[in-house]
Amino acid sequence: MRNPLSDKVMAIKPSGIRKFFDIVSEMKDAISLGVGEPDFDTPWPIREEAIYSLEKGRTFYTSNSGLKELKEEICRYLKRKYELEYSPANEVFVTVGGSEAIDLAIRAMINPGEEILIPQPCYVSYLPCTQLADGVPVFINLKEENEFRLTPAELEAAITDKTKILVLPFPNNPTGAVMTRSDLEKIAKIIIEKDIFVISDEIYSELTYTGERHVSIAELPGMKERTITINGFSKGFAMTGWRLGYACGPELIIKQMLKIHQFAIMCAPTTSQYAAVIALRECDDAVAKMMKAYDQRRRYVVDRFRGMGMDCFEPYGAFYVFPSIKKFGMTSDEFATKLLETKKVAVVPGTAFGDCGEGFLRISYAYSLENLKTALDRIEEFVKEL
Amino acid sequence: MREEILAILEHNARISVHDLAVMLGKDEKAVAEAICDMEAEHIICGYDTLINWDGTDAEKVTALIEVKVTPQRGMGFDRIAEHIYQYDEVNSVYLMSGAFDFTVIIEGRSMKSVARFVSEKLAPMEEVQSCATHFVLKKYKDHGITFVAEDPDERMLISP
Repeated sequence: MRNPLSDKVMAIKPSGIRKFFDIVSEMKDAISLGVGEPDFDTPWPIREEAIYSLEKGRTFYTSNSGLKELKEEICRYLKRKYELEYSPANEVFVTVGGSEAIDLAIRAMINPGEEILIPQPCYVSYLPCTQLADGVPVFINLKEENEFRLTPAELEAAITDKTKILVLPFPNNPTGAVMTRSDLEKIAKIIIEKDIFVISDEIYSELTYTGERHVSIAELPGMKERTITINGFSKGFAMTGWRLGYACGPELIIKQMLKIHQFAIMCAPTTSQYAAVIALRECDDAVAKMMKAYDQRRRYVVDRFRGMGMDCFEPYGAFYVFPSIKKFGMTSDEFATKLLETKKVAVVPGTAFGDCGEGFLRISYAYSLENLKTALDRIEEFVKEL
Repeated sequence: MREEILAILEHNARISVHDLAVMLGKDEKAVAEAICDMEAEHIICGYDTLINWDGTDAEKVTALIEVKVTPQRGMGFDRIAEHIYQYDEVNSVYLMSGAFDFTVIIEGRSMKSVARFVSEKLAPMEEVQSCATHFVLKKYKDHGITFVAEDPDERMLISP
């Protein structure tokens, strides 16, 4: 038989998270600090709207770009929250989670051989999506001393004649880093100067703890026309399983992304779309309440790690802390494996998010305080015994 | 800061002052002082435990009584309320707007003891015009907390 597989797909490395997931799944009674999704249930008004839409028999395809009502609400929301102005008619469309939007943005913009700058550590999908689109990934290794923010110097050093896109994943998974307005202004200046485009993955935009709102690079002068802003409902609204996100940007690019979406996906789930309308209309308080709970847990977790004598920079976004384990003389993988085997606590090694995550762990605090307490007590025991 | 402290204590009175201070990003001493002050000012009036008595063998009956009264000159409703809330059986007393004046929540060991309290103590009070007693059959949610055990965490143990 002939080889049924594509060389390109075969060349893609499986996710480092997958490997760890397999080990953890075998282990009964392990407690986990390893998830990348909220512990809260989706707020009830959203779930109720979904039930209602099913009762009404709204089970058909929506238009390729999504429900008109939802696109209008998305635009209103982005204006209200982040001063972003997009036209619901042709500058936004609804996707199957933020992940689909990432894939489409890269595919719609990249020609073979063009370079995409990917700051690492970062979410796991930018690299394989780049490879599938025949783009050339160029990593920028973010540093702990900069609190894992992207600096202008790092960006400039990575740019070549072939650079086309910068992926800007902030607030960041796995580090919890955020970019302030002034950080972004410096980045934007270079982007405009070098005529580069930005894919800004802002899926954690609702979860920032600096006391100031999240800033999108697209709101800076001259950036809207060269930025695809990606966001969604998974994290802020606790809607991961609903698979709903969206992409906004210049009509020129959105139109081509929509073309791929139309052939590959048709449309995002209809039930989820109806529910999301209510999420944007009625759930500001529920979102704020969850955000407050994360913030309190965040402070607690950072305090505990520092109390154990571990280096842990203060993250101001998402729901992760990214403590350093360098001083224990083990790799992230070894540390996480040993922690799991001896104390039955699952965490994700930093290397699952890029090679420069070596020496760090991703700890999720999307858990109840009691759960965090138990897990951190066990980690403390583990560290003492090292 | 006070309201933030109260929001946490309201649902977790057992949290340590240290953890509370850390979670709010405030100084431990300042938090301890704020709690003491609020206790002194009777803003924090006590530390209860929320119990689902249905899960125990204890016999307990809760009744909600709508009470209509005649307010007293110069005292309004406060003096009558005081007369009512002094009884140990009385759990809560609220002055209401609408068709009746007080909501009185009482707890007794049996329906009989509740009935006796209403007929012998509450109803005969001079200012009380009428009482309508409703017995609680089942508590589903109290103080913002549901009484059914939560489902176990169904999320995958590891996800990106």
